[in-house]
Amino acid sequence: MKLAFLSGKGGVGKTLVSTNFARLIPEAIYLDCDVEEPNGAIFLKPQIEQVLEVKVLNPEPLPELCLGCRRCVEFCKFNALAYVGQIMLFAELCHACGGCWKLCPAEALRAKERVIGQLELGRTGELATRTGLMNPGEATGVPIIKQLLHDLPSEKTVVIDCPPGSGCSVLESLKKADFAVLVAEPTAFGLHDLEMVCELVRFYNLPAGVVINKHTEDLAEVEAFCARQQLPILGKIPYQASTAALYGAGKLLVDEDVAAKELFAKIVTTVMEVATDETARHLKR
Amino acid sequence: MKQLVILSGKGGTGKTTLAGALVHLLEQKAFADCDVDAPNLHLICNELTEQQSDDYYGFQKAKIDPSQCVQCGKCQELCHFGAIKDFKVNPYECEGCGVCAYFCPVNQAGNSAIQMQEWVSGKTFLSKRQNEWFSHAKLQMGNGASGKLVTQVRKQLLEQITSEELVIIDGSPGIGCPVLASITGVNLVVAVTEPTLSGLHDLERLVQTVAQFKLPIFVCINKYDLNQEVTQLVEEFCAKKQLEVLGKIPYDQTVIQAVNAGASIVQYPASPAAVVIMEICQKIRSLV
Repeated sequence: MKLAFLSGKGGVGKTLVSTNFARLIPEAIYLDCDVEEPNGAIFLKPQIEQVLEVKVLNPEPLPELCLGCRRCVEFCKFNALAYVGQIMLFAELCHACGGCWKLCPAEALRAKERVIGQLELGRTGELATRTGLMNPGEATGVPIIKQLLHDLPSEKTVVIDCPPGSGCSVLESLKKADFAVLVAEPTAFGLHDLEMVCELVRFYNLPAGVVINKHTEDLAEVEAFCARQQLPILGKIPYQASTAALYGAGKLLVDEDVAAKELFAKIVTTVMEVATDETARHLKR
Repeated sequence: MKQLVILSGKGGTGKTTLAGALVHLLEQKAFADCDVDAPNLHLICNELTEQQSDDYYGFQKAKIDPSQCVQCGKCQELCHFGAIKDFKVNPYECEGCGVCAYFCPVNQAGNSAIQMQEWVSGKTFLSKRQNEWFSHAKLQMGNGASGKLVTQVRKQLLEQITSEELVIIDGSPGIGCPVLASITGVNLVVAVTEPTLSGLHDLERLVQTVAQFKLPIFVCINKYDLNQEVTQLVEEFCAKKQLEVLGKIPYDQTVIQAVNAGASIVQYPASPAAVVIMEICQKIRSLV
Protein backbone atom coordinates (compact mmCIF):
# COMPACT_ATOMS: atom_id res chain seq x y z
CA MET A 1 0.00 0.00 0.00
CA LYS A 2 1.40 3.36 -1.03
CA LEU A 3 0.07 6.25 1.00
CA ALA A 4 0.62 9.87 -0.04
CA PHE A 5 0.45 12.52 2.69
CA LEU A 6 -0.45 15.92 1.26
CA SER A 7 -2.10 19.15 2.31
CA GLY A 8 -1.91 21.92 -0.28
CA LYS A 9 -1.07 24.44 2.40
CA GLY A 10 2.39 24.27 3.93
CA GLY A 11 3.04 23.87 7.64
CA VAL A 12 -0.12 21.91 8.29
CA GLY A 13 1.66 18.81 9.54
CA LYS A 14 2.43 16.53 6.58
CA THR A 15 5.86 15.68 7.94
CA LEU A 16 4.69 15.48 11.55
CA VAL A 17 1.95 13.01 10.65
CA SER A 18 3.87 10.97 8.07
CA THR A 19 7.07 10.50 10.12
CA ASN A 20 5.24 9.47 13.30
CA PHE A 21 2.98 7.24 11.20
CA ALA A 22 5.86 5.53 9.39
CA ARG A 23 7.75 4.96 12.65
CA LEU A 24 4.96 2.70 13.89
CA ILE A 25 4.83 0.43 10.83
CA PRO A 26 7.42 -2.36 10.85
CA GLU A 27 9.47 -2.54 7.66
CA ALA A 28 7.75 0.38 5.99
CA ILE A 29 9.51 2.76 3.62
CA TYR A 30 9.39 6.51 4.23
CA LEU A 31 9.96 8.73 1.18
CA ASP A 32 10.57 12.44 1.59
CA CYS A 33 9.33 13.86 -1.70
CA ASP A 34 9.48 17.48 -0.50
CA VAL A 35 12.85 17.67 -2.22
CA GLU A 36 13.00 21.49 -2.05
CA GLU A 37 12.69 21.50 1.72
CA PRO A 38 12.93 17.94 3.05
CA ASN A 39 12.46 17.74 6.82
CA GLY A 40 11.63 14.09 7.50
CA ALA A 41 15.24 13.21 8.34
CA ILE A 42 15.27 15.86 11.09
CA PHE A 43 12.75 13.69 12.97
CA LEU A 44 13.66 10.17 11.83
CA LYS A 45 17.43 10.73 12.09
CA PRO A 46 18.22 7.81 9.79
CA GLN A 47 21.61 6.16 9.50
CA ILE A 48 22.53 7.08 5.93
CA GLU A 49 23.69 3.97 4.07
CA GLN A 50 23.95 5.26 0.54
CA VAL A 51 23.99 8.59 -1.29
CA LEU A 52 23.06 8.64 -4.97
CA GLU A 53 23.46 11.60 -7.28
CA VAL A 54 20.47 12.58 -9.38
CA LYS A 55 21.43 13.69 -12.85
CA VAL A 56 19.60 15.12 -15.81
CA LEU A 57 20.78 15.30 -19.41
CA ASN A 58 21.42 18.84 -20.56
CA PRO A 59 23.00 20.09 -23.77
CA GLU A 60 26.63 21.08 -23.64
CA PRO A 61 27.44 23.74 -26.25
CA LEU A 62 30.60 23.19 -28.31
CA PRO A 63 31.21 26.73 -29.63
CA GLU A 64 33.99 25.69 -32.02
CA LEU A 65 31.48 23.57 -34.00
CA CYS A 66 28.54 26.00 -33.85
CA LEU A 67 27.46 27.48 -37.21
CA GLY A 68 25.40 30.21 -35.54
CA CYS A 69 22.20 29.10 -37.29
CA ARG A 70 20.15 29.58 -34.08
CA ARG A 71 17.84 26.70 -34.89
CA CYS A 72 18.22 25.35 -31.35
CA VAL A 73 17.43 28.77 -29.85
CA GLU A 74 14.25 29.03 -31.92
CA PHE A 75 13.30 25.47 -31.06
CA CYS A 76 13.72 25.65 -27.28
CA LYS A 77 10.31 26.35 -25.74
CA PHE A 78 11.88 27.04 -22.35
CA ASN A 79 14.29 29.81 -23.40
CA ALA A 80 17.18 27.77 -22.06
CA LEU A 81 19.42 28.57 -25.04
CA ALA A 82 20.56 31.95 -26.30
CA TYR A 83 22.95 33.04 -29.01
CA VAL A 84 24.99 36.10 -28.05
CA GLY A 85 28.10 35.92 -30.19
CA GLN A 86 28.17 32.26 -29.19
CA ILE A 87 25.71 29.66 -28.02
CA MET A 88 24.88 29.81 -24.30
CA LEU A 89 22.91 27.48 -22.02
CA PHE A 90 20.81 28.54 -19.03
CA ALA A 91 20.85 25.11 -17.43
CA GLU A 92 18.23 25.74 -14.74
CA LEU A 93 15.64 26.53 -17.44
CA CYS A 94 16.37 23.36 -19.43
CA HIS A 95 13.67 20.66 -19.33
CA ALA A 96 16.07 18.08 -20.77
CA CYS A 97 13.82 17.27 -23.75
CA GLY A 98 16.82 16.50 -25.95
CA GLY A 99 15.46 18.39 -28.95
CA CYS A 100 18.38 20.79 -29.39
CA TRP A 101 21.16 18.27 -29.66
CA LYS A 102 19.10 16.07 -31.93
CA LEU A 103 18.30 18.85 -34.38
CA CYS A 104 21.65 20.67 -34.44
CA PRO A 105 23.01 20.32 -37.99
CA ALA A 106 26.64 20.71 -36.84
CA GLU A 107 26.56 18.49 -33.73
CA ALA A 108 27.59 21.56 -31.79
CA LEU A 109 25.50 20.49 -28.81
CA ARG A 110 25.98 17.23 -27.03
CA ALA A 111 24.15 15.57 -24.18
CA LYS A 112 25.90 15.93 -20.87
CA GLU A 113 24.87 14.77 -17.42
CA ARG A 114 24.33 17.45 -14.81
CA VAL A 115 23.80 16.78 -11.11
CA ILE A 116 20.71 18.53 -9.73
CA GLY A 117 20.47 16.84 -6.35
CA GLN A 118 20.79 13.59 -4.51
CA LEU A 119 19.00 10.75 -2.80
CA GLU A 120 19.95 9.71 0.70
CA LEU A 121 18.99 6.13 1.48
CA GLY A 122 19.01 5.18 5.11
CA ARG A 123 17.42 3.32 7.95
CA THR A 124 15.78 4.23 11.24
CA GLY A 125 15.54 0.91 13.04
CA GLU A 126 13.39 -1.27 10.80
CA LEU A 127 12.13 1.68 8.79
CA ALA A 128 13.82 2.33 5.45
CA THR A 129 14.09 6.00 4.54
CA ARG A 130 14.71 7.73 1.24
CA THR A 131 15.17 11.48 1.14
CA GLY A 132 15.36 13.56 -2.02
CA LEU A 133 17.41 16.75 -1.88
CA MET A 134 17.33 19.31 -4.67
CA ASN A 135 20.37 21.57 -4.95
CA PRO A 136 19.44 25.18 -4.10
CA GLY A 137 19.14 27.27 -7.26
CA GLU A 138 17.60 24.46 -9.32
CA ALA A 139 14.11 25.10 -10.68
CA THR A 140 12.57 21.65 -10.51
CA GLY A 141 12.88 18.63 -8.30
CA VAL A 142 10.66 16.44 -10.47
CA PRO A 143 13.52 14.20 -11.74
CA ILE A 144 14.53 13.61 -8.11
CA ILE A 145 10.98 12.63 -7.15
CA LYS A 146 10.82 10.29 -10.16
CA GLN A 147 13.96 8.54 -8.94
CA LEU A 148 12.63 8.37 -5.35
CA LEU A 149 9.49 6.60 -6.53
CA HIS A 150 11.33 4.25 -8.85
CA ASP A 151 11.50 0.56 -7.98
CA LEU A 152 9.31 0.44 -4.90
CA PRO A 153 8.66 -3.07 -3.56
CA SER A 154 4.96 -3.75 -4.00
CA GLU A 155 4.47 -5.70 -0.77
CA LYS A 156 5.64 -2.95 1.59
CA THR A 157 3.81 -0.02 3.09
CA VAL A 158 5.23 3.13 1.53
CA VAL A 159 4.70 6.49 3.24
CA ILE A 160 5.09 9.33 0.75
CA ASP A 161 5.62 12.74 2.36
CA CYS A 162 4.57 15.17 -0.40
CA PRO A 163 5.61 18.80 -0.98
CA PRO A 164 3.11 21.61 -0.31
CA GLY A 165 1.10 23.17 -3.11
CA SER A 166 -0.56 21.56 -6.09
CA GLY A 167 2.09 21.99 -8.76
CA CYS A 168 4.29 19.60 -10.71
CA SER A 169 6.20 18.21 -7.70
CA VAL A 170 2.96 17.26 -5.96
CA LEU A 171 1.56 15.68 -9.11
CA GLU A 172 4.73 13.64 -9.53
CA SER A 173 4.65 12.54 -5.87
CA LEU A 174 1.08 11.27 -6.28
CA LYS A 175 1.75 9.16 -9.36
CA LYS A 176 2.38 5.86 -7.59
CA ALA A 177 0.01 6.40 -4.66
CA ASP A 178 -2.91 4.06 -3.92
CA PHE A 179 -4.48 6.27 -1.28
CA ALA A 180 -4.13 9.91 -0.17
CA VAL A 181 -4.04 11.05 3.44
CA LEU A 182 -5.03 14.71 3.36
CA VAL A 183 -3.61 16.55 6.35
CA ALA A 184 -5.77 19.54 7.28
CA GLU A 185 -5.90 22.18 9.98
CA PRO A 186 -9.02 23.90 11.27
CA THR A 187 -8.31 27.42 9.96
CA ALA A 188 -9.82 29.30 7.04
CA PHE A 189 -6.53 28.89 5.12
CA GLY A 190 -6.43 25.19 5.96
CA LEU A 191 -10.03 24.69 4.81
CA HIS A 192 -9.45 26.54 1.54
CA ASP A 193 -6.43 24.42 0.73
CA LEU A 194 -8.14 21.20 1.85
CA GLU A 195 -10.90 21.95 -0.66
CA MET A 196 -8.20 22.41 -3.28
CA VAL A 197 -6.35 19.12 -2.61
CA CYS A 198 -9.68 17.32 -2.38
CA GLU A 199 -10.36 18.57 -5.90
CA LEU A 200 -6.88 17.40 -6.90
CA VAL A 201 -7.26 13.81 -5.62
CA ARG A 202 -10.72 13.61 -7.18
CA PHE A 203 -9.19 14.76 -10.46
CA TYR A 204 -6.74 11.86 -10.22
CA ASN A 205 -9.45 9.49 -9.05
CA LEU A 206 -7.42 8.70 -5.94
CA PRO A 207 -9.32 7.54 -2.84
CA ALA A 208 -8.61 9.72 0.20
CA GLY A 209 -9.28 10.45 3.84
CA VAL A 210 -8.43 13.30 6.21
CA VAL A 211 -6.29 13.68 9.32
CA ILE A 212 -7.03 16.91 11.17
CA ASN A 213 -3.93 18.29 12.86
CA LYS A 214 -3.84 21.05 15.51
CA HIS A 215 -7.42 20.08 16.17
CA THR A 216 -9.57 22.50 18.17
CA GLU A 217 -13.30 23.06 18.23
CA ASP A 218 -12.76 26.39 16.44
CA LEU A 219 -13.67 25.73 12.86
CA ALA A 220 -16.36 23.09 12.52
CA GLU A 221 -16.50 23.78 8.77
CA VAL A 222 -13.54 21.46 8.16
CA GLU A 223 -15.46 18.46 9.47
CA ALA A 224 -18.63 19.59 7.73
CA PHE A 225 -16.70 19.77 4.46
CA CYS A 226 -15.34 16.22 4.97
CA ALA A 227 -18.86 14.94 5.64
CA ARG A 228 -20.22 16.64 2.52
CA GLN A 229 -17.41 15.26 0.39
CA GLN A 230 -17.68 11.80 1.99
CA LEU A 231 -14.05 12.06 3.03
CA PRO A 232 -13.54 9.76 6.03
CA ILE A 233 -11.86 11.42 9.01
CA LEU A 234 -8.93 9.14 9.84
CA GLY A 235 -7.79 10.89 12.98
CA LYS A 236 -7.61 14.12 14.94
CA ILE A 237 -4.43 15.34 16.55
CA PRO A 238 -5.26 17.93 19.22
CA TYR A 239 -3.37 21.22 19.36
CA GLN A 240 -1.05 21.08 22.37
CA ALA A 241 1.86 23.30 23.31
CA SER A 242 3.81 20.13 24.23
CA THR A 243 3.36 18.75 20.69
CA ALA A 244 4.61 22.02 19.21
CA ALA A 245 7.65 21.95 21.52
CA LEU A 246 8.59 18.36 20.60
CA TYR A 247 8.09 19.09 16.91
CA GLY A 248 10.17 22.26 17.18
CA ALA A 249 13.04 20.32 18.73
CA GLY A 250 12.97 17.75 15.93
CA LYS A 251 11.58 14.91 18.03
CA LEU A 252 9.11 12.18 17.12
CA LEU A 253 5.97 12.34 19.26
CA VAL A 254 5.62 8.55 19.29
CA ASP A 255 9.09 8.17 20.82
CA GLU A 256 8.52 10.75 23.55
CA ASP A 257 4.91 10.63 24.59
CA VAL A 258 2.85 7.53 25.44
CA ALA A 259 -0.48 9.21 24.72
CA ALA A 260 0.74 10.37 21.32
CA LYS A 261 1.95 6.86 20.54
CA GLU A 262 -1.50 5.46 21.33
CA LEU A 263 -3.13 8.13 19.22
CA PHE A 264 -0.86 7.42 16.25
CA ALA A 265 -1.29 3.66 16.63
CA LYS A 266 -5.05 4.22 16.27
CA ILE A 267 -4.50 6.46 13.25
CA VAL A 268 -2.32 3.77 11.64
CA THR A 269 -5.01 1.12 12.16
CA THR A 270 -7.76 3.38 10.82
CA VAL A 271 -5.74 4.51 7.80
CA MET A 272 -4.75 0.95 6.87
CA GLU A 273 -8.36 -0.27 7.20
CA VAL A 274 -9.93 2.59 5.32
CA ALA A 275 -7.22 2.61 2.65
CA THR A 276 -7.62 -1.13 2.07
CA ASP A 277 -11.43 -0.85 1.84
CA GLU A 278 -11.42 2.25 -0.32
CA THR A 279 -8.81 1.03 -2.78
CA ALA A 280 -10.65 -2.31 -3.11
CA ARG A 281 -13.91 -0.45 -3.73
CA HIS A 282 -12.11 1.76 -6.20
CA LEU A 283 -10.75 -1.19 -8.15
CA LYS A 284 -14.23 -2.72 -8.39
CA ARG A 285 -15.66 0.43 -9.93
CA MET B 1 9.37 51.19 -8.23
CA LYS B 2 10.42 48.95 -5.35
CA GLN B 3 9.37 45.34 -5.01
CA LEU B 4 9.61 43.05 -2.01
CA VAL B 5 8.84 39.37 -1.73
CA ILE B 6 7.89 37.45 1.40
CA LEU B 7 9.31 33.92 1.50
CA SER B 8 10.01 31.25 4.08
CA GLY B 9 11.24 27.97 2.63
CA LYS B 10 9.00 26.03 5.00
CA GLY B 11 5.25 26.42 4.60
CA GLY B 12 2.90 27.66 7.29
CA THR B 13 5.35 29.98 9.03
CA GLY B 14 3.25 33.11 8.51
CA LYS B 15 4.06 34.61 5.08
CA THR B 16 0.45 35.44 4.30
CA THR B 17 -0.21 36.82 7.80
CA LEU B 18 2.66 39.28 7.32
CA ALA B 19 1.62 40.07 3.75
CA GLY B 20 -1.95 40.76 4.92
CA ALA B 21 -0.64 43.13 7.60
CA LEU B 22 1.43 45.06 5.04
CA VAL B 23 -1.63 45.27 2.79
CA HIS B 24 -3.63 46.85 5.62
CA LEU B 25 -0.94 49.17 6.95
CA LEU B 26 1.15 50.51 4.09
CA GLU B 27 0.08 53.18 1.66
CA GLN B 28 0.87 53.63 -1.99
CA LYS B 29 1.29 50.02 -2.90
CA ALA B 30 0.12 47.17 -5.04
CA PHE B 31 0.20 43.53 -4.05
CA ALA B 32 0.32 40.07 -5.53
CA ASP B 33 -0.23 36.55 -4.28
CA CYS B 34 2.45 34.50 -6.01
CA ASP B 35 1.61 31.27 -4.18
CA VAL B 36 -0.39 30.15 -7.21
CA ASP B 37 -0.40 26.53 -5.98
CA ALA B 38 -2.32 27.40 -2.82
CA PRO B 39 -3.30 31.09 -2.80
CA ASN B 40 -4.69 32.39 0.50
CA LEU B 41 -4.04 36.15 0.63
CA HIS B 42 -7.43 37.00 -0.90
CA LEU B 43 -9.08 35.31 2.09
CA ILE B 44 -7.93 38.07 4.45
CA CYS B 45 -8.14 41.07 2.11
CA ASN B 46 -11.69 42.27 2.51
CA GLU B 47 -13.45 44.56 0.02
CA LEU B 48 -11.79 43.10 -3.07
CA THR B 49 -13.58 43.83 -6.31
CA GLU B 50 -12.59 41.77 -9.27
CA GLN B 51 -11.76 43.83 -12.35
CA GLN B 52 -10.59 41.20 -14.74
CA SER B 53 -9.91 37.49 -15.00
CA ASP B 54 -8.17 35.68 -17.82
CA ASP B 55 -7.26 32.17 -18.78
CA TYR B 56 -3.54 31.70 -18.70
CA TYR B 57 -1.90 29.66 -21.42
CA GLY B 58 1.39 28.28 -20.11
CA PHE B 59 3.12 25.48 -21.92
CA GLN B 60 1.75 24.08 -25.15
CA LYS B 61 0.72 20.43 -25.40
CA ALA B 62 1.21 18.10 -28.34
CA LYS B 63 -1.80 16.56 -30.03
CA ILE B 64 -1.69 13.73 -32.56
CA ASP B 65 -4.15 13.78 -35.43
CA PRO B 66 -5.02 10.08 -35.93
CA SER B 67 -6.15 10.70 -39.50
CA GLN B 68 -2.64 11.85 -40.47
CA CYS B 69 -0.50 9.74 -38.12
CA VAL B 70 1.33 6.89 -39.90
CA GLN B 71 2.06 5.14 -36.57
CA CYS B 72 5.81 5.04 -37.12
CA GLY B 73 6.47 5.40 -33.39
CA LYS B 74 9.20 8.02 -33.82
CA CYS B 75 7.53 10.47 -31.43
CA GLN B 76 7.13 7.84 -28.75
CA GLU B 77 10.79 6.90 -29.07
CA LEU B 78 12.02 10.52 -28.84
CA CYS B 79 9.78 11.80 -26.02
CA HIS B 80 11.85 12.15 -22.85
CA PHE B 81 8.76 12.46 -20.69
CA GLY B 82 7.01 9.20 -21.55
CA ALA B 83 3.99 11.25 -22.61
CA ILE B 84 3.14 9.32 -25.78
CA LYS B 85 1.66 5.83 -25.73
CA ASP B 86 -0.26 4.05 -28.46
CA PHE B 87 -0.01 7.13 -30.69
CA LYS B 88 -1.83 9.31 -28.14
CA VAL B 89 -0.42 12.15 -26.05
CA ASN B 90 -1.16 12.26 -22.34
CA PRO B 91 -1.45 16.03 -21.81
CA TYR B 92 -0.60 15.67 -18.10
CA GLU B 93 2.78 14.14 -18.93
CA CYS B 94 3.53 16.36 -21.94
CA GLU B 95 5.82 19.31 -21.14
CA GLY B 96 5.26 20.99 -24.48
CA CYS B 97 8.87 20.76 -25.67
CA GLY B 98 7.84 20.16 -29.28
CA VAL B 99 10.35 17.38 -30.00
CA CYS B 100 7.62 15.05 -31.27
CA ALA B 101 6.17 17.62 -33.66
CA TYR B 102 9.61 18.66 -34.93
CA PHE B 103 10.83 15.15 -35.73
CA CYS B 104 7.52 13.67 -36.92
CA PRO B 105 8.17 12.46 -40.50
CA VAL B 106 4.65 13.44 -41.55
CA ASN B 107 5.24 16.98 -40.22
CA GLN B 108 8.66 17.10 -41.89
CA ALA B 109 7.03 16.20 -45.20
CA GLY B 110 4.91 19.34 -44.87
CA ASN B 111 1.74 17.83 -43.39
CA SER B 112 0.61 17.96 -39.82
CA ALA B 113 0.18 14.77 -37.82
CA ILE B 114 1.30 16.39 -34.55
CA GLN B 115 0.26 19.88 -33.59
CA MET B 116 1.37 21.93 -30.63
CA GLN B 117 -1.78 23.35 -29.06
CA GLU B 118 -2.31 26.10 -26.54
CA TRP B 119 -3.35 24.77 -23.14
CA VAL B 120 -4.95 26.58 -20.22
CA SER B 121 -2.70 26.14 -17.19
CA GLY B 122 -4.42 28.51 -14.84
CA LYS B 123 -6.53 31.61 -14.35
CA THR B 124 -5.24 35.05 -13.44
CA PHE B 125 -7.24 37.66 -11.54
CA LEU B 126 -6.81 41.40 -11.22
CA SER B 127 -8.75 42.97 -8.39
CA LYS B 128 -8.92 46.29 -6.62
CA ARG B 129 -9.04 47.03 -2.94
CA GLN B 130 -9.57 50.69 -2.04
CA ASN B 131 -8.14 51.77 -5.39
CA GLU B 132 -5.09 49.57 -5.01
CA TRP B 133 -4.34 46.77 -7.41
CA PHE B 134 -4.16 43.15 -6.36
CA SER B 135 -3.03 40.40 -8.71
CA HIS B 136 -3.41 36.70 -8.07
CA ALA B 137 -4.00 33.43 -9.86
CA LYS B 138 -5.08 29.87 -9.51
CA LEU B 139 -3.26 26.98 -11.09
CA GLN B 140 -5.47 24.66 -13.09
CA MET B 141 -5.69 21.18 -11.55
CA GLY B 142 -3.02 18.85 -12.86
CA ASN B 143 -0.75 21.51 -14.33
CA GLY B 144 2.89 22.15 -13.72
CA ALA B 145 3.31 25.70 -14.97
CA SER B 146 3.51 27.38 -11.52
CA GLY B 147 6.68 29.36 -12.31
CA LYS B 148 5.34 30.80 -15.55
CA LEU B 149 2.04 31.66 -13.87
CA VAL B 150 3.91 33.55 -11.12
CA THR B 151 5.70 35.58 -13.79
CA GLN B 152 2.34 36.39 -15.40
CA VAL B 153 0.80 37.43 -12.04
CA ARG B 154 3.64 39.92 -11.55
CA LYS B 155 3.59 41.14 -15.14
CA GLN B 156 -0.12 41.94 -15.19
CA LEU B 157 0.25 43.86 -11.92
CA LEU B 158 3.18 45.94 -13.19
CA GLU B 159 1.11 46.88 -16.25
CA GLN B 160 -1.46 48.59 -14.02
CA ILE B 161 0.72 50.65 -11.69
CA THR B 162 3.09 53.59 -11.72
CA SER B 163 6.64 53.77 -10.47
CA GLU B 164 5.46 55.37 -7.19
CA GLU B 165 3.98 52.22 -5.83
CA LEU B 166 5.60 49.64 -3.64
CA VAL B 167 4.92 46.09 -4.83
CA ILE B 168 4.35 43.51 -2.09
CA ILE B 169 4.62 39.89 -3.20
CA ASP B 170 3.39 37.02 -1.05
CA GLY B 171 5.53 34.08 -2.17
CA SER B 172 5.18 30.32 -2.01
CA PRO B 173 6.95 27.78 0.18
CA GLY B 174 9.92 25.87 -1.19
CA ILE B 175 12.88 27.04 -3.24
CA GLY B 176 11.92 25.83 -6.73
CA CYS B 177 10.66 27.51 -9.87
CA PRO B 178 7.71 29.49 -8.44
CA VAL B 179 10.02 30.90 -5.77
CA LEU B 180 12.75 31.72 -8.31
CA ALA B 181 10.10 33.43 -10.49
CA SER B 182 8.91 35.50 -7.54
CA ILE B 183 12.46 36.61 -6.60
CA THR B 184 13.62 37.72 -10.05
CA GLY B 185 13.76 41.52 -10.19
CA VAL B 186 12.76 42.30 -6.58
CA ASN B 187 14.70 44.69 -4.34
CA LEU B 188 14.51 42.78 -1.10
CA VAL B 189 13.41 39.54 0.47
CA VAL B 190 11.61 39.23 3.80
CA ALA B 191 11.94 35.71 5.19
CA VAL B 192 9.40 34.58 7.77
CA THR B 193 10.59 31.67 9.87
CA GLU B 194 9.58 29.81 13.02
CA PRO B 195 11.57 28.33 15.90
CA THR B 196 11.52 24.72 14.75
CA LEU B 197 14.49 22.74 13.44
CA SER B 198 12.50 22.29 10.22
CA GLY B 199 11.95 26.03 9.90
CA LEU B 200 15.64 26.73 10.47
CA HIS B 201 16.77 24.03 8.01
CA ASP B 202 14.45 25.43 5.35
CA LEU B 203 15.55 29.01 6.05
CA GLU B 204 19.17 27.95 5.49
CA ARG B 205 18.27 26.49 2.07
CA LEU B 206 16.25 29.60 1.21
CA VAL B 207 19.20 31.83 2.09
CA GLN B 208 21.46 29.73 -0.17
CA THR B 209 18.93 30.12 -2.98
CA VAL B 210 18.54 33.89 -2.56
CA ALA B 211 22.35 34.32 -2.37
CA GLN B 212 22.53 33.64 -6.10
CA PHE B 213 20.41 36.77 -6.67
CA LYS B 214 22.63 38.86 -4.38
CA LEU B 215 19.61 40.40 -2.63
CA PRO B 216 19.28 41.64 0.95
CA ILE B 217 17.25 39.32 3.21
CA PHE B 218 15.48 40.47 6.37
CA VAL B 219 14.14 37.88 8.80
CA CYS B 220 11.05 37.73 11.02
CA ILE B 221 10.81 34.98 13.63
CA ASN B 222 7.17 34.06 14.08
CA LYS B 223 5.81 32.26 17.18
CA TYR B 224 9.28 32.80 18.67
CA ASP B 225 8.20 31.97 22.21
CA LEU B 226 7.10 28.42 21.30
CA ASN B 227 10.72 27.35 21.49
CA GLN B 228 13.18 29.93 22.83
CA GLU B 229 16.14 27.59 22.34
CA VAL B 230 15.53 27.17 18.62
CA THR B 231 14.77 30.90 18.36
CA GLN B 232 18.30 31.43 19.66
CA LEU B 233 19.66 29.06 17.00
CA VAL B 234 17.79 31.05 14.34
CA GLU B 235 19.26 34.29 15.70
CA GLU B 236 22.76 32.80 15.71
CA PHE B 237 22.32 31.68 12.11
CA CYS B 238 21.12 35.16 11.11
CA ALA B 239 24.08 36.78 12.92
CA LYS B 240 26.51 34.46 11.15
CA LYS B 241 24.99 35.25 7.75
CA GLN B 242 24.68 38.96 8.64
CA LEU B 243 20.91 38.95 8.20
CA GLU B 244 18.99 41.54 10.20
CA VAL B 245 16.15 40.18 12.34
CA LEU B 246 13.28 42.65 11.94
CA GLY B 247 11.27 41.31 14.85
CA LYS B 248 10.15 38.37 16.92
CA ILE B 249 6.42 37.75 16.87
CA PRO B 250 4.88 35.95 19.87
CA TYR B 251 2.54 32.99 19.46
CA ASP B 252 -0.94 34.43 19.67
CA GLN B 253 -4.28 32.66 19.17
CA THR B 254 -5.67 35.95 17.84
CA VAL B 255 -3.79 35.28 14.59
CA ILE B 256 -5.96 32.22 13.95
CA GLN B 257 -9.09 34.11 15.05
CA ALA B 258 -8.26 36.84 12.54
CA VAL B 259 -7.70 34.35 9.70
CA ASN B 260 -10.96 32.59 10.49
CA ALA B 261 -12.78 35.94 10.49
CA GLY B 262 -11.28 36.80 7.08
CA ALA B 263 -9.37 39.70 8.62
CA SER B 264 -5.78 40.76 9.08
CA ILE B 265 -4.16 40.46 12.50
CA VAL B 266 -3.60 44.24 12.51
CA GLN B 267 -7.36 44.69 12.69
CA TYR B 268 -6.89 43.40 16.27
CA PRO B 269 -4.31 46.08 17.15
CA ALA B 270 -4.18 45.30 20.87
CA SER B 271 -3.20 41.67 20.36
CA PRO B 272 0.41 40.80 21.25
CA ALA B 273 1.22 39.55 17.73
CA ALA B 274 -0.27 42.66 16.08
CA VAL B 275 1.86 45.00 18.19
CA VAL B 276 5.09 43.40 16.94
CA ILE B 277 3.85 42.92 13.37
CA MET B 278 3.00 46.64 13.18
CA GLU B 279 6.56 47.50 14.24
CA ILE B 280 7.92 45.12 11.61
CA CYS B 281 5.73 46.74 8.92
CA GLN B 282 7.10 50.18 9.88
CA LYS B 283 10.66 48.86 9.58
CA ILE B 284 9.90 47.37 6.17
CA ARG B 285 8.42 50.70 5.06
CA SER B 286 11.60 52.50 6.05
CA LEU B 287 13.77 49.87 4.33
CA VAL B 288 12.16 50.51 0.98
